[in-house]
Amino acid sequence: MNLNVNGRRREVESPPLTTLLDVLREELGIHSPKIGCEQGGCGACTVLVAGKPRRACLLPVGALDGAAITTVEGLGGPDDLDPLQAAFVHHYAAQCGFCTSGLLMAAKAYIANGGTDDSRAIAEALGGHVCRCTGYVKIVDAVAAAARGDEFDLSTTAAGQYTTMHSGG
Amino acid sequence: MTAVTDVVLPVSPDEAVSVFGDGSGVTVIAGGTIVMPDITAGRLRPAKTMLLARAGLATVAHEGSTVTLGAMAPLEELVDLAAPVGPCAANIADREIRLQATVGGNLCAGQGGDAPRGDLQGALLAVGAQVRSAGADGTTTEPLEDFLARRHGRLVLDVTYEVPAAGAFVALDRPHTHEYTALAVSAARLADGTIRLAATGAGSAGVRLHSAEAVAADPDAAGTAALQDVQLHDDVLASAWYRERALPVLVRRALARLEESR
Repeated sequence: MNLNVNGRRREVESPPLTTLLDVLREELGIHSPKIGCEQGGCGACTVLVAGKPRRACLLPVGALDGAAITTVEGLGGPDDLDPLQAAFVHHYAAQCGFCTSGLLMAAKAYIANGGTDDSRAIAEALGGHVCRCTGYVKIVDAVAAAARGDEFDLSTTAAGQYTTMHSGG
Repeated sequence: MTAVTDVVLPVSPDEAVSVFGDGSGVTVIAGGTIVMPDITAGRLRPAKTMLLARAGLATVAHEGSTVTLGAMAPLEELVDLAAPVGPCAANIADREIRLQATVGGNLCAGQGGDAPRGDLQGALLAVGAQVRSAGADGTTTEPLEDFLARRHGRLVLDVTYEVPAAGAFVALDRPHTHEYTALAVSAARLADGTIRLAATGAGSAGVRLHSAEAVAADPDAAGTAALQDVQLHDDVLASAWYRERALPVLVRRALARLEESR
């Protein structure tokens, strides 16, 4: 069977009940989706399947033949960050980084669906994601900034400087 | 890693029914939110698995006042339906899980878990839903209450109900979206004026609150009477002690909301 991963057609040989998460990480070498709880509870493995945010740990790959999968690797790299990634950097929305991939993909879908900078709506959209470092305020700020289309000069970004404590979700 | 296993991917409802047969020895994966973690962790090693992802059965249809929910309809498709079904669906997990979890899976959830699952059962009991399912005796349609009593060995095809004249869904707040709902009450006033009440989190499956319905005109009495309809239990979400105190409150609130909608 095949998957279309970040625009590339990839052959998959794993058994059909293997999770998409294991296929991405172990067979295809795509490591941005993280293995957290492996039971759908933490959001660290969220990727886009046909544009919708889904938990890769809950999807048997056998049901996904031909599906279009997008991971953080499909957003942008160090030299061509997606505006959402730039907003995460600018707002210091990542600390240890374990939850970041899942949050980026959930936020990407939220913004692609016309999501605004309303902090409650952002909190609802990201409600399935656990972050044990940031307290979420900076993450919500980053997603709000990206939803507004804010632009950043990352060469001037400094830790915490741009975060407003009153806008948390 | 997954052991070698027979995996079938039917591409039509008829094929799914045929593969399912009488259900013996077949593990069904609808959305996978409950079954997949068990397989990944090795707690479940199915010999034969049916993936319903391409079997169809995912339609949410409105025809007049009749709503039909396909077994594979994702819960996210339900969140805008009228109370109690819509608000109940919206209270389940988070958006990503709701995109994946299905109506059929929700009706079959709940056995053997350490927390109440199958939130939708209460809401669909309240609206008097009928379940169409396949199994050893062919395809049958029956009230959800009957289905829940014998659901093992049945493949849910769809669920149908009449939109009630009024509906209400009240639940204990969840500390986090990942929690199952510790206790919830759904209420509906049907077109003929009948009031129906049901709870989730008050047993291993959704349960109709017959005693409370009989005295629904008196919300205080109904709240107390509801305790006769349930067998409360301790689990990781709440104690039976707490549920005993919370259930009458939720019943009163649900009936008050029905009254407000007059």
